[in-house]
Amino acid sequence: MALMAAVLSLAVSACGGSGGGGGGGGGQAEGGSKSPKRLIKREPANAGKKLTVGSKNFPEQFVLGEIYSQSLEAAGFDVKKQLNLGSEVIAFKALKNGDIDAYPEYTGTVLTTLYKTPAQDVPKEPEPAFRETEQKVREDKIKALPRTPFENTYRLGATKETAQRLAAKTTSQLAPKAKDLTITGYPECRQRLDCYVGLQKAYGSKFKDFVASEQTYEVIDQKEADIGFLFTTDANLATGKYQTFEDDKKFFPPYNVSLLMREEAVKRVGSGAQDVVEQVQKPLTNEVMIELNSRVVLDKQKPEDVARDYLRAEGFVK
Amino acid sequence: MAQGGGDVSTPIASLFLDAIRFIFVPQESVTGGVQVGGIGEMSVLTANHMLLSAAAIAIACVIALPLGLWLGHIGKGEFVAVSVSNVGRAVPTLALIAFFISFVGIGFRNVLLALILLAIPPLLTNTYVGVRGVSPDAVDAARGMGMSETQIVRKVELPLATRSIFGGLQLSAVSVIATAILGPLASVDTLGTPIVSVNVYGQAGLLGAAFLVAALAILVYVLLTALQRAATPAGLKAAGPSLRDRLRRISSPSRPRSTEAT
Repeated sequence: MALMAAVLSLAVSACGGSGGGGGGGGGQAEGGSKSPKRLIKREPANAGKKLTVGSKNFPEQFVLGEIYSQSLEAAGFDVKKQLNLGSEVIAFKALKNGDIDAYPEYTGTVLTTLYKTPAQDVPKEPEPAFRETEQKVREDKIKALPRTPFENTYRLGATKETAQRLAAKTTSQLAPKAKDLTITGYPECRQRLDCYVGLQKAYGSKFKDFVASEQTYEVIDQKEADIGFLFTTDANLATGKYQTFEDDKKFFPPYNVSLLMREEAVKRVGSGAQDVVEQVQKPLTNEVMIELNSRVVLDKQKPEDVARDYLRAEGFVK
Repeated sequence: MAQGGGDVSTPIASLFLDAIRFIFVPQESVTGGVQVGGIGEMSVLTANHMLLSAAAIAIACVIALPLGLWLGHIGKGEFVAVSVSNVGRAVPTLALIAFFISFVGIGFRNVLLALILLAIPPLLTNTYVGVRGVSPDAVDAARGMGMSETQIVRKVELPLATRSIFGGLQLSAVSVIATAILGPLASVDTLGTPIVSVNVYGQAGLLGAAFLVAALAILVYVLLTALQRAATPAGLKAAGPSLRDRLRRISSPSRPRSTEAT
């Protein structure tokens, strides 16, 4: 909570002038100004326009799904939520079938998992990766809305004690010590080119052992493993107990979020929806996302409430 | 190899054949870069799966059978026996495994412990109920003949409770074999690995592993039925269960039986 307040106050103090008035769907506020112009206006033109928003099956996706749904509702759209659909394969299939109109997807996931781009061919910077995502989904009549500031990508991480003991700040510095270290990740990671298999190749490291689990942080805390595959917006990172290692060889692709929406739905609801989406996701930096995730995972709050608090705190809804 | 994103609906028949093929032929993983499947890997996974299941069931038997026999013999502890069963079946093994990571760590011991806790309830309840269902006349007669309490349990109650005990064993075994697919979540590679890592092994791998788990469960069930026939005393076999009795037992094995042999 304190972290969130700090981040928000930073955003406010950094704001320049506020933007112009509302276009279809909502006010276009600049930067972090929490003036009334930030408030999403309920546009009569949006009434009766239906939109089904989906999401994948983990906390960050629930929060994002709620943020987008609630803000589009505030703008007057008739929003139906279909959160917790499943993995990216299931969600994408639902999108292509028209069972949902939109869901938040990661640029890295679109390229590697959905369009089978080999990991080494994926652009290493967020903007080029997003442009490539746009191109690829256009082939399937889907529009990739502008990307979020935050990215939820992989990094190797460890407790601060372990990191100090190993005297390593980057993954390259970790590599020569790997043969004495145990690494942990989710079960699939061990056999994936975009995870353990590719990492070993890229950094020339050979870890002593790979331990699989769905609870990376517990495993690291219990010292069953020294290093873990972490995600850059993991809730546990809010505790300050862990340190991530820099991906200096840029092995891991960018994973910014882009709300994928069917082109047919974009035509149906008009550009106002995109304006709202762009507006509410602008404050979503890595720090803010970690804070929101920690409220769901560690504080056990409901994603719906966390999203509402975020939208209120940022001045998007009352 | 760029292709349109997402999955194309595959006809059921070809999915079935792909699954069988996956069991015998190694192939490249869906995400690329590693070989998965084939008889080599599937044998190792099956062996691990059987080892884990057998260990859990064996240890559960060592705990539950003597306890069930004793409680059934003295006629006390019905509440405990039945409650343990109900609570035990309600606790999700997945949650247990996650919980144990903080106490037992990760690996074989973790999953074994969770599976033992899963296996005990049906064994305990069925053993208890089986012994309680033994005709009191038979027990009285044995006592009258001068048998000690231990002899009564061993020579009268245990044989007469055989069917119920095996019913519990079958329930336990099938539960454990099915739930051992959670192994990979605590770093134990079993037939659950292609199921948990479906993005790597593909739908064919998932289905292939699922077939093997089902086959294993059926095999063990049939084996236990044969074993039960072998273990049932000749006198009881002569009377034999009716088909209706057998079906009733399969659907609700914990229901007490009034008399065994007539």
